[in-house]
Amino acid sequence: MTIDVPTIRKDFPTLAREVHDTRLVYLDSAASSQTPRAVLDVMDEYYERYRSNVHRGVYRLAEEATDLFEGARHKVAAFTNAPVEGTIFTKNSTEAINLVAYSYVRRRLGEGDVLLTTHMEHHANIVPWLHAQQDLGFEIRYIPLTEDGRLDMDAVPALLDDGRVSFLAVSHVSNVLGTINDVKTLAAQARDANPGCRVLVDGSQAVPHLAVDFRDLGVDFYAFTGHKMCGPTGVGVLLGRPEVLETMPPFLTGGEMILDVRLDGVTWNELPHKFEAGTMMIAEVGGLGAACDYLTGIGMDAIREHEKQLTAKALDALAGLDDVTVHGPTDVEVRGGAVSFAVDGVHPHDIGAMLDQEGVCVRVGHHCAKPLMRVLGVNATARASFYLYNDADDLPPLVRGIERARDFFAR
Amino acid sequence: MSLEDLYQEIILDHYRKPKNRAPELADEDVHVHHSNPLCGDEMDLRIAVADGKLDGVVFDGEGCSISQASASAMTQAVKGRELDDVLALTEDFRLMMHGDEPSRPDDLQDGIAFQGVAKFPVRVKCALLGWMAVKDAIETYQSGDATHSVTHGE
Repeated sequence: MTIDVPTIRKDFPTLAREVHDTRLVYLDSAASSQTPRAVLDVMDEYYERYRSNVHRGVYRLAEEATDLFEGARHKVAAFTNAPVEGTIFTKNSTEAINLVAYSYVRRRLGEGDVLLTTHMEHHANIVPWLHAQQDLGFEIRYIPLTEDGRLDMDAVPALLDDGRVSFLAVSHVSNVLGTINDVKTLAAQARDANPGCRVLVDGSQAVPHLAVDFRDLGVDFYAFTGHKMCGPTGVGVLLGRPEVLETMPPFLTGGEMILDVRLDGVTWNELPHKFEAGTMMIAEVGGLGAACDYLTGIGMDAIREHEKQLTAKALDALAGLDDVTVHGPTDVEVRGGAVSFAVDGVHPHDIGAMLDQEGVCVRVGHHCAKPLMRVLGVNATARASFYLYNDADDLPPLVRGIERARDFFAR
Repeated sequence: MSLEDLYQEIILDHYRKPKNRAPELADEDVHVHHSNPLCGDEMDLRIAVADGKLDGVVFDGEGCSISQASASAMTQAVKGRELDDVLALTEDFRLMMHGDEPSRPDDLQDGIAFQGVAKFPVRVKCALLGWMAVKDAIETYQSGDATHSVTHGE
């Protein structure tokens, strides 16, 4: 399976521009991907032809808008093999995780319970639990990492042993290390130890890059965001098992999420609308549906294979540089295309500034994963991340910029 | 304005051979810790005060070249000055980072080399880190405390 990168690049208007009189080399898709024309067109068409609110109107435009919105729900559900009624739109992964924090964890966990997570989580999958813990007093345990940045699966049985872990929150793919976690096995282990344990997966870095099958993973909740998968900002998704969602109270309340309102009470709307209060981001939801179509057209297996090959080349190129250390696994079978690295004697901020001069966009900083930074013993890293529109031509500018930074600052 | 202007020789010299960089200070009166979580910069700054003057100042920590070099240049510019004069000079530097012409370019010493940083908005907070730390250390001293910790936002 191969993909035609030069043709794909033409689909992304941003990639045609130059910065500092040089070709733009966008290596920050793990922070936010670029948007193909097909996605922009769907959003423009909504605003230019049938802008109106969904679900309420009896006129033609409102029907078209509703078709866009609910059609996108079907596309997202099909893209991730999830039930349509368990496909809930949120503004991003963070809101999706907070929905679960407020409507499940804060209602069900208390003293004596344990929430299990890992040392590699993004703040979005730590802070809601730390916040809830302040109010509820449950215990939080962390799965540690191996030397090469994988979850230490040998440590898991002891963490689950007492049967008190009633919630597992784990990322599918690390945004810093690139590690792909075996969440299916983890979920099964957690349920073996405690059949009532619920599992949430943060799939923000997985859905854009791998074929994700929600039903096959056997988890209860799965969160991801649109803007990392060729979709617009402002829309994310919570996938949930309907039988679990049914037992949960709503998160935000107001219009649209009700069936009936009386002066003495409320009847919640059916799934998934119970969890979608107020007018939603209609254009963005439509854009996300178009992004699913776009990625499906290219093929998620082909995208994964392409990124695997490119990441292997990038890891080789970085391994060949003196004074450069890569954080995370080196085996591309168990890692995605986010590659964090350090250059001896050069702060990541300075690496980022040098790379910018080569037209190369990388992320520098703590990547919203400060606990992981502490485990790695660093304050920050530089991270290059690859997507379907990157190819081997993007590696020489990256290497050139790193060498330039090293020679300039560390000489 | 190019990257070479940002990283001109004076700045690189301070980065490679920082002045007054140390983890301890004899006769320390105040120790402040400043962090910039967005870039992961951490800075410890210690001052000793004698006769109303900044008798000693050292910094330590981790950060990008601009933050480390600026702190180094700052220590040279402020050492030996009256405390209120350090605060005034800090304000001059801060305004320079926001594009104003400095009113005391000579007193800023090597700090003047950072004038060009004002044209790189994302790096301004790096250049300010050491100066904000010394300002905080003096204000902490003036309020009678010995330690203070500050986390800078965006």
